[in-house]
Amino acid sequence: MITIDALTKRYGGYTAVDHISFTAEAGRVTGFLGPNGAGKSTSMRVMVGLTEPTSGSATVLGRRFADLPNPGREVGVLLDASAQHAGRTGREILTLAARTIGMPKSRVSEMLDLVSLTEEEAGRRVRNYSLGMRQRLGIAAALIGDPEVLILDEPANGLDPAGIRWMRDLLRRFADDGGTVLLSSHLLHEIEVIADDIIVIGNGEIVAGGTKEELLATAGTLVRAEDSVALAAALTEAGITVHPSGSDALRAESDLAAVGRAAFAAGIPVTELRAADGAGLEEIFLELTAQTQREGVAA
Amino acid sequence: MNASTSTATPTVTTAPVTTEPPAVRRPRAEVAPIPFTRVLGVELRKMFDTRSGFWLMASIVILSVVATGATIIFAPEADLDFESFASAIGIPMSVILPIIAILSVTGEWSQRTGLATFTMVPSRSRVIAAKWLLTVAVGVAGMAIALGVGALGNLIGSSIAGVDVVWNVSAREFAQIVLANSIGMLMGFTLGVLLRSSAAGIVGYFVYSLVLPGVSSALASNQQWWADHGAWFDLNMATYPLYDTALTSEQWAQLGVTAGIWLVLPMLVGLWAVLRSEVK
Repeated sequence: MITIDALTKRYGGYTAVDHISFTAEAGRVTGFLGPNGAGKSTSMRVMVGLTEPTSGSATVLGRRFADLPNPGREVGVLLDASAQHAGRTGREILTLAARTIGMPKSRVSEMLDLVSLTEEEAGRRVRNYSLGMRQRLGIAAALIGDPEVLILDEPANGLDPAGIRWMRDLLRRFADDGGTVLLSSHLLHEIEVIADDIIVIGNGEIVAGGTKEELLATAGTLVRAEDSVALAAALTEAGITVHPSGSDALRAESDLAAVGRAAFAAGIPVTELRAADGAGLEEIFLELTAQTQREGVAA
Repeated sequence: MNASTSTATPTVTTAPVTTEPPAVRRPRAEVAPIPFTRVLGVELRKMFDTRSGFWLMASIVILSVVATGATIIFAPEADLDFESFASAIGIPMSVILPIIAILSVTGEWSQRTGLATFTMVPSRSRVIAAKWLLTVAVGVAGMAIALGVGALGNLIGSSIAGVDVVWNVSAREFAQIVLANSIGMLMGFTLGVLLRSSAAGIVGYFVYSLVLPGVSSALASNQQWWADHGAWFDLNMATYPLYDTALTSEQWAQLGVTAGIWLVLPMLVGLWAVLRSEVK
């Protein structure tokens, strides 16, 4: 279990993480979702003691990370798969980790098997690894101490779709086994397919949090027509609040029947009409992304 | 080294009891703290397990052999004694050993391996202490190897030239040369901890070993006070006598004071910064 309590990290006048609190429960995969620069990595570095918080606390299994006697045996950490000496082989990196935390040598081969890195690949220097291979190596290093908690920063980066599926199954098994998983991503879809609980962070603050079901709960109706301007006008006329969703669709704050009736009454042929699954979360996320991303400002 | 090594007691950690997950993790074995010897072993391995690290270490032997060969070929017969071999080997050693010391520290930052190292061993001072001890050990071992190569060179060179073998380096002289080189190495180590960047550390070391002596001697030739008292402040100046004579008690005191100024103080500042810095 990971408990974050009123955690704040400031750099001079800039607040990277602003008073965040949340818990990642045992037996569940918690997704830490936010656009680039939202404060995910900073929060994760604080959790594992690489960065001192300005105020607040982060505990793992009830203790500060630095107070764990042998953290590698209780917490598996992958913060940046590229942060390895390019001249070491994959096998050597795992061997160093195994030796440091006191795991038997056999564990190295087991982990290589687990993440499907071949003997030949393990003997190659990390310089010659693709990002996907580095991620697999990083996951192997995180799991080598047979930990209870996993803290993974953007672990799906660089993995192909099959790799993402493999990781999802791996993390699922880990959590079903009673482990705690916290993983971050800037991609909503990735988090959606893996996580049980989702924490959304933007500009250093938590903007939404809860179980996936809660956050992805039907948030109105998604409706599309050839003339979306006329449709929006007709729905507004009928007293239904609408928001643009994607390029040409609308999200209406009402149920399917009411929206369909309003469109029919206005004589507008509807090309798509369905429950807006997850639109709520998507909207929150798009809004966040728009605020923080340069494209949004420029446009 | 660190209080946590001896006082931290192994603790049983159990998965927190939650109602949600049906599967509770199997009971976990006691987790013992990481012993300092293991940190030492891993750090030693890290000095050799990359191609660049391996060749850096191998260069101690290679440079000794090259310097010895050059002495055999170029030194006049009259000078063919152990001292010429020792001083010929001493020059490359005084360059390579500090670089080894600098890179052993700065690699954690410039190669970003510190992310893994300091996550597995959160007590950064233990890692730095291990590296410090290994630096000294590598320095002493390196010097011993270099001396062995030099001795072999002396035997071969003298027999080729047909002159008597002259062993004119005493144990005290050798010990002083080892000490002088260790001071150079520790200077490199200190700069590594202080600057945490390979390039800056190496440049800093050469400023210390090549630029500062010139500045100091220029100052000494203009300022009598500095010529008389400089050895209390200038580590280079305090180290020179180690290469020639048996030190007087005043010279030992000067060595101690300057080592405090140049090695201990910056090290404390560097450690303070390392413990607080963010590892990214």
